[in-house]
Amino acid sequence: MTALLKVEDLKVAYGKIEAVKGISFEVNEGEIVCLVGTNGAGKTTTLRTLSGLIKPKSGTITFDGQPLAAVPAHKIVSLGLAHSPEGRHIFPRLTIAENLQLGAFLRTDKDGIEQDVQRAYEMFPILGERRKQAAGTLSGGEQQMLAMGRALMSRPKLLMLDEPSMGLSPLMMQKIMATIKELKATGMTILLVEQNAQAALSLSDSAHVMEIGKIVLSGTGRDLLHNEDVRKAYLGED
Amino acid sequence: MHELPQQLANGLALGALYGLIAIGYTMVYGIVQLINFAHGEIFMIGGFGALTAYAILPTGTSLLIAIPVMIVGGAICSVAVACAAERFAYRPLRSAPRLAPLITAIGLSIALQQLVWQFYPDAKKAVSFPEFKGAAFKITDSLAIQRADLFVLILAPLCMLALGVFVQKSRSGRAMQATAQDPDTAKLMGINTDRIIVMAFAIGAAFAAVAAVAYGLDKGQINFEMGFILGLKAFTAAVLGGIGNIYGAMVGGVVLGLAEALSIAYIEDIPGMSQLGGGAWSNVWAFVLLIVVLLVRPQGLLGERVADRA
Repeated sequence: MTALLKVEDLKVAYGKIEAVKGISFEVNEGEIVCLVGTNGAGKTTTLRTLSGLIKPKSGTITFDGQPLAAVPAHKIVSLGLAHSPEGRHIFPRLTIAENLQLGAFLRTDKDGIEQDVQRAYEMFPILGERRKQAAGTLSGGEQQMLAMGRALMSRPKLLMLDEPSMGLSPLMMQKIMATIKELKATGMTILLVEQNAQAALSLSDSAHVMEIGKIVLSGTGRDLLHNEDVRKAYLGED
Repeated sequence: MHELPQQLANGLALGALYGLIAIGYTMVYGIVQLINFAHGEIFMIGGFGALTAYAILPTGTSLLIAIPVMIVGGAICSVAVACAAERFAYRPLRSAPRLAPLITAIGLSIALQQLVWQFYPDAKKAVSFPEFKGAAFKITDSLAIQRADLFVLILAPLCMLALGVFVQKSRSGRAMQATAQDPDTAKLMGINTDRIIVMAFAIGAAFAAVAAVAYGLDKGQINFEMGFILGLKAFTAAVLGGIGNIYGAMVGGVVLGLAEALSIAYIEDIPGMSQLGGGAWSNVWAFVLLIVVLLVRPQGLLGERVADRA
């Protein structure tokens, strides 16, 4: 089986500072793969590079059999790679409905888009109730739902979620994690970045621990969840 | 004696002119946070483009046929120059510190003036522009509207309406709003933000060309320097209305135009201020108004609070 996403020896630098120092990993179809690690480990930089927002210094990215490094950011989504960015980044002065529509910006099948909008409202009823409201008026958790719903609107082959639980209440976090599980059940492939290692690892098929730009540990989610070093470093156990 | 309705009409016409130019400042600022100081020259080049189009027409062409041709000719020139400026002067500096493109814009402004001065036939002094002659429309005994004023009073709202519909309803307009609010995320949606930025420059330039034709028809002449003070005033109007907001640009323009017209007419009648009235002081009063408004509403009349920008 060939991987849907294959990253090989990826290096990314901001000027002279290398934020990602040669990482390799794969994401297979139908899997949840998780990158965990502290702030500054290079997780968000990795996702932003996959989306074309940052050009890599070296290394290769192959998505669905196609090299990505030279593809401009605005063409990535049309290949089937959707990105729900860190900090949600919904369009605050557009309505919820307009935000969802923008997620389907490159699609031309009006009926299909409408169906998917309805599906997003079913998945997150609060979005349906407030569809005419400016997205900036939503709470953090609701904005996260919108960001995820918007990313799904492109009908991606691979969904990248950057810190979906950041800044959320425990209840809202559970809701988001449950949604990720539901998405997996529908066959969605997900690349998840999380600081909340406990929740993320328990969902993941495979996971990689990043530290200052490198992958220091890889394994199945379950392995890492029970790994002593991981427990010490990320789960707050002595 | 200065009649109030007449002053209001004059102010509205001037304000509509400012508003048309201000759109260019506000759209570009809203999307790339650049104050395009060369926009006044884009306006000026629109005027010279219109004049060139007029010169190509057979002599004796009715002005009613000539005007649309002049608008198109002016817009072709202003849009071409604005897009070239974006592509070759501003785009390479997009991730540079803010001051770099700002200084570039000032340099470009001087260069464009100089180029027209040097190479446009007879442009070393003011060149005559077809004047919108004919009797003014007399509405009451104390209110008459010049033909040139009527032209801008009709065209400016139409342009605004078209732009509003475009931004709110069209797919490109939606993409433009998304790009203004969050350019990186707009790219993630599949929006070609470079194209949206060019579009913002082009729309602003086309509106400036309409303004330039209105200006020329009114004054009967244009010159290579005319973009400087008008550009500054239009920029003031954009800030007054809330820079980044297209409706704010028009509102700011109209408020500024009215303030100038009223200050010309009435300030000198205030006891003790007879020295501070008239046309020479109207620029001063325009900026006094700007400062007062910004003290009360730093974001401008219709501006968003900057903190809203995620």
